[in-house]
Amino acid sequence: MSRARLDRRAFLASVAAAGGSLVLGFDIQLGPRATHAATSAREITAWIVIEPNETVIIRVAKSEMGQGSFTALPMLVAEELECDWSKVKAEFAPPHENRKRDRVWGNMSTGASRSISTSQNELRRAGATARVMLIAAAAAQWKVPAAECTAAQGVISHRPSGRSITYGRIAAAAADIAPPTQIDLKAPKDWKLIGTRQTRRDVPDKIAGKPIYAIDVQLPNMLYAAIVQCPVFKGTLKSVDESKISGMKGVRRVVKFADTVAVIGDTWWQAQRAAQALPVNWDFGENASVSSSIIRAHVRSGLTATDARIGRNDGDVERALAHAVKRIEADYEVPFLAHATMEPQNCTAHVTADLVEVWAPTQDGETALAIAADAAGAPPSKVVIHRMMLGGGFGRRGIFQDFVRQAVLIAKVVDQPVKLVWTREEDIRHDFYRPVAMARLVAGLDASGTPIAWTIRTAGQSIIAAVSARVMQFGVDRNFLQGLLEDMPYDVPNYRVDFAMRNTHVPVGVWRSVNHSQNAFFKESFVDQMAFAAGADPYLFRRKLLARRPRELAVLDAAATRAGWGTSLLEGMFRGIALHNSQSSICAQVVEASVAGDGKVRVHRVISAIDAGHVVNPLTIEMQTESAVVFALTAALYGEITIKDGRVEQGNFHDYPMLPLAEMPRVETVIVPGDGWGGIGETAVPPLAPALCNALFAATGKRIRSLPLKNHNLRSA
Amino acid sequence: MARLTVNGQAHDVDVDPETPLLWVLRDTLGLLGTKYGCGIAQCGACTVHIDGAPARSCALPVSAVADKHITTIEGLGRNGALHPVQQAWLDLDVPQCGYCQSGMMMAVAALLEEKPHPSDAEIDAAITNICRCGTYQRIRAAIHAAAGRRVSRARLP
Repeated sequence: MSRARLDRRAFLASVAAAGGSLVLGFDIQLGPRATHAATSAREITAWIVIEPNETVIIRVAKSEMGQGSFTALPMLVAEELECDWSKVKAEFAPPHENRKRDRVWGNMSTGASRSISTSQNELRRAGATARVMLIAAAAAQWKVPAAECTAAQGVISHRPSGRSITYGRIAAAAADIAPPTQIDLKAPKDWKLIGTRQTRRDVPDKIAGKPIYAIDVQLPNMLYAAIVQCPVFKGTLKSVDESKISGMKGVRRVVKFADTVAVIGDTWWQAQRAAQALPVNWDFGENASVSSSIIRAHVRSGLTATDARIGRNDGDVERALAHAVKRIEADYEVPFLAHATMEPQNCTAHVTADLVEVWAPTQDGETALAIAADAAGAPPSKVVIHRMMLGGGFGRRGIFQDFVRQAVLIAKVVDQPVKLVWTREEDIRHDFYRPVAMARLVAGLDASGTPIAWTIRTAGQSIIAAVSARVMQFGVDRNFLQGLLEDMPYDVPNYRVDFAMRNTHVPVGVWRSVNHSQNAFFKESFVDQMAFAAGADPYLFRRKLLARRPRELAVLDAAATRAGWGTSLLEGMFRGIALHNSQSSICAQVVEASVAGDGKVRVHRVISAIDAGHVVNPLTIEMQTESAVVFALTAALYGEITIKDGRVEQGNFHDYPMLPLAEMPRVETVIVPGDGWGGIGETAVPPLAPALCNALFAATGKRIRSLPLKNHNLRSA
Repeated sequence: MARLTVNGQAHDVDVDPETPLLWVLRDTLGLLGTKYGCGIAQCGACTVHIDGAPARSCALPVSAVADKHITTIEGLGRNGALHPVQQAWLDLDVPQCGYCQSGMMMAVAALLEEKPHPSDAEIDAAITNICRCGTYQRIRAAIHAAAGRRVSRARLP
């Protein structure tokens, strides 16, 4: 059976004619223009289409930004479906169809490392449901009891009669079978595919340079747009002198918004050159003189302020501190950080009277749809969102999706489709940054060196305050205290953590591990300080505080064992250790580092032990751990967004550098099997900076209390 | 009007001579595998071969490459077969988001032409492309694997 290609308008008309009941295959693997290839086969549950040629299409509700959802999520379906994994093809479920079909694919938001944990049950049920339907169809055809039939590798067999049929041949009949009301899922011990190493489904396109990203979209008569946004956040546009660019070749028009100017051109280069040449007059507003030092003083005021909100308060901290034999105290701080996805922000939109069509690098297609509808002034039913592969996400492309709004607003003023592409400079200077944060930590130890009291005062900018003022009305931004609340693993009888919110004019957002990376740096560096004050080994000291936490202990031990903690290292090499819980997973890391005579820090080896509960694809865990280590190491060594005259000082990779291949440490991942379902995309980020800084303390005796390390002089005296 | 030879095919393109090669490849010729990452030749996502040598096309005016042979990721493999670097990338599951990998593979393919068996130090010096997903460990392993594959191919009768 052939897969008919429909043209875009015909395709949409056919969907409309079918009242949304028909869902067509979206094959992203052949590039943007082929996203409209239709499959002739019908679905067996919303997640599965089996074609006569035995291809099993499994739909993916979550975005693929490199984290492996295109592989791991279909594995969950295929496990119960009992299909041939080599025949599986993943495709994105379309957000507009999700809307029409009462969110049959659930929440499409992709973040917080929860793609597997929040959808595993539904995906396994979908696979099992389809398997039962396929078996029922075969049994009906053979007129035998379904209970006598079995399914394996995409073939249904009836042993008593020796008959068998493939999924592809029975799929059409199975689509007419009523889904079973009761489904039994396999016990984890019976899994055959889940838990095995499976190579990524998206690699063949990615090594061939296929046009699979939003930035690669090409449409007939497409125009291009470049933008200039007010360099000072919250500033506004006063005027532009369009006459200066009116004679430039390929320039179509200038579009003005409250804080942004866009130039539409025949090619992106022409639009971009004109945007650069365009004289723009801004009203920078009241933040025009804000600098990092002003922000720092503002946040610092929170460390002693009385307006802090308590997140957790065990025992009587003040009383216990008064009884402590030894008291230690330290302040820590971390800067704003940009995401710097390799694919700069971009979006393509085509707005007509009947339809708003958008191609977006989105971590949440449903939010993209809502934003596009709002920007276009169109009902959501008139919006179509094409989800594309993301050239990185890391939290930049989920909540705010400013690029979608801009693209739609720009496309609204012309009749043709428009592709908006940001420059790298716009990308670095107009991010939603990881918030600045500081902490003041105080601990009291008893005569045996055991901590009996611990307080953590945090201060900094709240993401929640920017996202949802409503949530803030009900009190503390508990997100800011991630890793320090109930998820704080160490057992200290008198413990208090609180947060003094200190917002700035700089936009903030979620950055891989959200507030965990800041809090783990504070917490794990300070635990090392406690260990030092107690005269204890940092690993054994943590073991003592985790005595009632068997899972954390197992993870900590696994990291220490693999690292050979306590054994001698090559001359000049030192170890540091840290442990942090995040995304319902536990990660312990040991970093081996050296400091050269000139102060240059070199990380040689990073061992990560991780308990993320059930393991779907060990390869995904290894790759995500390698990725998280590089992401966190880049931030620890170099990452810093600073503010001067109200604007971001950095603009590109020369002044916001990334870890190069030459500085890549050996990364080893130890998977500690566990129950439950945890996340893996961010888990190895938080412990890295403190484990590294603890190694540097071992190497130099200097305690690093602010990041990045490039600002510290570690030259030997 | 400029004449470009890309992946063995000649094209006459009517663009401003200052236009960076990257945008001619992407927006004029529709060869979208070469990526825009920084625009200042820092990240290497736009790496192509100019007469066999690696070059960052985002900061290279198209006027500078007239009459030269340009190879992009679309032309890296020959006769429908994957280039040994692409094969190694596939075998070792290198890409994550994948956005930087066209430029990365082009840089590596050029390195292996010059140094069929690069040492780790030579790899460090030559491969300065940025990967934000942090796939460097697999990239290094894949470079060594591709180097081995090239040798074993050469030894075949």
